[in-house]
Amino acid sequence: MHWFLEPGLWSNDAVRTGVGVGGVVAIVSALVGLFTVMRGQSFAGHALADVATAGGAGSGVLGFSPLAGFVVGALVGAGAMEAIGVERVRQRDVATGVVLGGATGLSALFLYLITLNSSSTGSTQLILFGSLFIVSKATFFVAAVLSAVVCLALAWLGRPLLFASLSPDAANARGVAVTRVALLYTVLMAVTVGLSAIVIGSVLSTALLIGPPAAALRLGRSLSATFTTAAAFGVAAVALGVVVSYDSYYWWPSHRALPVSFCVVTLVVVELIAVNVVRRVTTRRIVETRE
Amino acid sequence: MFSSFMTNAWIVGTVVALLAGATGFFVVLRGSSFAAHAIPNGAFAGAAGATLVGITPLVGLIAFAVMAALGIGASRRHRSDVATAMALVMMLALGAAFLSLSAAYEPQVDALLFGEILGVATSSIAPVVIISLACALALAFMYRPLLFNAAAPDLASARGLNPTVLEMAFMLTLALGSALTVPVVGALLTFSLTVGPPAAARLITRRPATALVTSMLLSVVTLWASIVASYQTNLPVGFFVGTFSALVYVAARVATQRLGRRA
Repeated sequence: MHWFLEPGLWSNDAVRTGVGVGGVVAIVSALVGLFTVMRGQSFAGHALADVATAGGAGSGVLGFSPLAGFVVGALVGAGAMEAIGVERVRQRDVATGVVLGGATGLSALFLYLITLNSSSTGSTQLILFGSLFIVSKATFFVAAVLSAVVCLALAWLGRPLLFASLSPDAANARGVAVTRVALLYTVLMAVTVGLSAIVIGSVLSTALLIGPPAAALRLGRSLSATFTTAAAFGVAAVALGVVVSYDSYYWWPSHRALPVSFCVVTLVVVELIAVNVVRRVTTRRIVETRE
Repeated sequence: MFSSFMTNAWIVGTVVALLAGATGFFVVLRGSSFAAHAIPNGAFAGAAGATLVGITPLVGLIAFAVMAALGIGASRRHRSDVATAMALVMMLALGAAFLSLSAAYEPQVDALLFGEILGVATSSIAPVVIISLACALALAFMYRPLLFNAAAPDLASARGLNPTVLEMAFMLTLALGSALTVPVVGALLTFSLTVGPPAAARLITRRPATALVTSMLLSVVTLWASIVASYQTNLPVGFFVGTFSALVYVAARVATQRLGRRA
């Protein structure tokens, strides 16, 4: 196994915390993301991550905790999207776009102010692309608690949300407050995305939110199996990604490791493509045997 | 404000804003804001890759923007928003990997993401003008089919209009335009200009041709105002582009609602 697991991998504290927090975030993102994919809200999910970036950068300027910045930023973004685009479903795309555009402007300002005021470099890349390896134990703890809260809320909201996602009209007729459920779900998504944006960067948060659930949904199994598969896909991508990123330090003489975010995103994409290929091959076989 | 080093900024900025206003009109019409967000980010990865290999950034920008456009356009049929999201994160992750391998300086990264309109070189004016003219021509050519497809998709395909080909052609035009705007206003803010002003124009008027012209005008005014504000305050131009684009939309929304209530 030494060719794959480089020596010292598991005794490394940063790696252990990274895998732990990455795994927790991957599970929550997969659970919340299943609804994002079902409801066709990938754009909103991604936009919230970018809006959270503005909050994270703002916390750097104003000097409060980054985690609060990311989560509050995402929540404000979710509120703004709902305020602009609640009237018609077709306006959702534009509403998301306008909020996203405004928020990127704010991040531009905050990141500029950060580089102006501090001598530390790399803050832009850190906020956008993150790194699992520098997550502190304190952040790990807060992230775990917030994840548990999100999971509980999702368990409570799950049934009406599923109903409202699959057939909004029927749900409405049966007395489910569809718009309120949608608003609550957007808030949950905002907290999840804000949480994952601080630990793994806003780029990776979209990958974990959309990729594993989309792959699990393509397999088309029962609901509980889909939840489990999605979470497993997410955790596998994070764990493997950490190992590959750690190993890559030894691949080149220059000792420039591949960023962990890059490795995890690539693995998520590979999973999705693999599932698509498998699906295509197996459905063809079924058709052939029937003939 | 109109001194010699600002001349290039005014010229290139105006061209870019006109093009963004025109493409943005169709983006809003077709509801493809997510693609319009993803493609410039793909272009950003291309610029980072070009820096790593040591070729002209414009080549990398165009190559990656086209790749992103093809990836999004090809999987249009089912769950296009998932495909767009995955194409987007993959491109951004590639960009991050390129940057960390080449160890670029942070100001360069910031410029790619948020733009450096005041640093436009005279030599880059000609390519920008030529490519925007090509994009404008392509859009003029596609104007009627795109409108037809957006207004009545079924009727349009019954009349022999292939929606996949149309989508692909539009995505490619979007990609070329983005490759151009990324170095000027940055990957993250190309998008603001393509959504805010056009969405406002669509609220102001329902006639397609008028909306298209209004969108281009609003876009140019937004960019000019941003350049002026940036020059006066010394804050990054991207901040003003993003804020003003959103404000233009909100203003149009408030104004139309007031008028609608009175009428």
